[in-house]
Amino acid sequence: MTEGNLPAVRFVEVSRHYGAVKAVDGVSFEIADGEFFSLLGPSGSGKTTCLRLIAGFEQPNAGAVLIHGRDMAGVPPYERDVNTVFQDYALFPHMSVADNVAYGLMIRKVRKAERRARAEEMLEMVKLGGLGGRKPGQLSGGQRQRVALARALINRPRVLLLDEPLGALDLKLRQAMQMELKGLQRQVGITFVYVTHDQEEALTMSDRIAVFNHGRIEQIGRPGEIYEHPATAFVAGFVGVSNLIDGALAARLFGRPEAVAIRPEKIRILPEGAAEPENAWIADGRIRDATYLGAASRYYVTLDAGGEMVVIEQNQRTGASDTLAAIGRRVRLSGPLGEALPLAAERAA
Amino acid sequence: MTAQTIAVPPPARASGAGALQRLSTWLYRHPRLALAILLAPPLAWLGIVYLGSLLALLAQSFFYLDGFTGLIVREFTLRTYAELFTGSNLDIILRTTVMATVVTLACALIGFPIAYYMARYAGPRLKPLMYLGVMLPLWSSYLVRVYSWKLILAKEGIVTWIFAKLHLLWLLDAILSIPVIGGPSLSTAYLGTFLVFVYIWLPYMILPIEAAIERVPRSVIEASADLGAPPRSTFRHVVLPLAIPGVVAGSIFTFSLTLGDYIIPGIIGSSRPFIGQAVYSHQGTAGNIPLAAALSVVPIVIIAIYLRIAKRLGAFDAL
Repeated sequence: MTEGNLPAVRFVEVSRHYGAVKAVDGVSFEIADGEFFSLLGPSGSGKTTCLRLIAGFEQPNAGAVLIHGRDMAGVPPYERDVNTVFQDYALFPHMSVADNVAYGLMIRKVRKAERRARAEEMLEMVKLGGLGGRKPGQLSGGQRQRVALARALINRPRVLLLDEPLGALDLKLRQAMQMELKGLQRQVGITFVYVTHDQEEALTMSDRIAVFNHGRIEQIGRPGEIYEHPATAFVAGFVGVSNLIDGALAARLFGRPEAVAIRPEKIRILPEGAAEPENAWIADGRIRDATYLGAASRYYVTLDAGGEMVVIEQNQRTGASDTLAAIGRRVRLSGPLGEALPLAAERAA
Repeated sequence: MTAQTIAVPPPARASGAGALQRLSTWLYRHPRLALAILLAPPLAWLGIVYLGSLLALLAQSFFYLDGFTGLIVREFTLRTYAELFTGSNLDIILRTTVMATVVTLACALIGFPIAYYMARYAGPRLKPLMYLGVMLPLWSSYLVRVYSWKLILAKEGIVTWIFAKLHLLWLLDAILSIPVIGGPSLSTAYLGTFLVFVYIWLPYMILPIEAAIERVPRSVIEASADLGAPPRSTFRHVVLPLAIPGVVAGSIFTFSLTLGDYIIPGIIGSSRPFIGQAVYSHQGTAGNIPLAAALSVVPIVIIAIYLRIAKRLGAFDAL
């Protein structure tokens, strides 16, 4: 096997415990070379610890972390061919932006002239050309984020680790940076390992996503797979919004006692007593409450069969007043049977 | 302004609370006045009592003592300052400045590792104990501590005893026979003065350095390692530069405290005077307040020069 075929990062039954707390609990996965791989999960789910295990700031209690096929046991961070963009950017406050970016080259004793040229080149790449003379304190949050990125990329690492790098930015800037990061990853062609708790961000940018919960991986897959075929109730609930239908209710609605998840946007609201569409499930109920969201409206429907479903409908021909007028109305819900996503039995936590 | 004319309906409370509430509402609407009331007493203290007396002192240094009448002549002159550069006064200034510099260097060298350990490695149980250890000496009387050092360093004291027990008296004698810093015993040598100065001022060096190192985020140190720097490079390029403002703050304490102290060199050492002692005797027995004032300007000037150099060298870049 040539080195190019080796996974960029490989976890083999990795565990990291802090006393009784299992931050990472027997996790295994592989990240292909050149892949944009996201670790998605709520805070405390072990995703950041996994990133720190790759960077070398933490050592596993059990299992092995391999980078390009090499076991990293006992290898300190400064001997690993990976670089990190930190959540708080961790820029050196006493150095100019250019010196921050050139830090890795300075450590490697690259000549000063080359250092300066390459730092300027990196700053151009992240669209901060000419700002090299400033101090990090004089930059905005978005600019600091770019400096952190340039600083991490200047060593030309084979794997770039990003720890919620867009978390501190406002929505518009975050969305713009998401597209830029994805474009940058294609341009430089290195492996990105991206930690985030924002499911939309993970879906937007990733080639593949690993969904974490309680130190374990619930599911690994492409964004479409994760969203359309969530393996567990946790994934269905965390990635996007889902109506989780337990076995008992599913038996009453679909005649099969098997837990399923239904996306709110995959449900249609029909008038009461409407004809049953083909290959679809139906459920009667009453709209308990409704929220106008602008582009869409969200309806909370209490089902006659028990339980509640959330439905999202686009406001193509309706408006705010229609949404509010619907409260209290009896309706029939329906959706394609194929969109009732079967869930694996929940793992004991 | 409309905001000031809107009547706030009085809340249904006891009248005392109502009056207090009206007062705080009134102050809330006049933030500048509230600020002025809060700041006036401390500013008056700082401005009049502190800076005012300092300026009065400065003014005194431009007068001179008439040698025949023994009276102070209140007219502007620089002759008192010229006196500073005569033989014995210059010796005093040099002696004190050299001592302050050496004490500061020693405090920094001893204090930095302790502060570094406290800030980066000491656990949640050890750290308070270390704080206590550093601060505890400050709780007892300064004079008591200086006098106990006189006993420790005396010829019959514990240091000589330990050297004797270890059969190392020849070493102590060799150290004491070094010209200038040596003497008949540690308690009557510059070396003894130096040791006591270092002991007394060390906490003032440790605490600011500890605070500066503690302010360095863990992620910044990790970022340096992440970019390929082994621990010693991280220390040199990241930790040390960020700790320097703390070292400078600490050294201002140790330096200026040594420059101004007159008790330690009076009790321990070769009995040759330091600036503090000279100021004390000039303004007391000799009645030469202008010269005392001029001598006390010396530390101010030296500290100002020192800060200027520190700033030039970029010591405050991280602030």
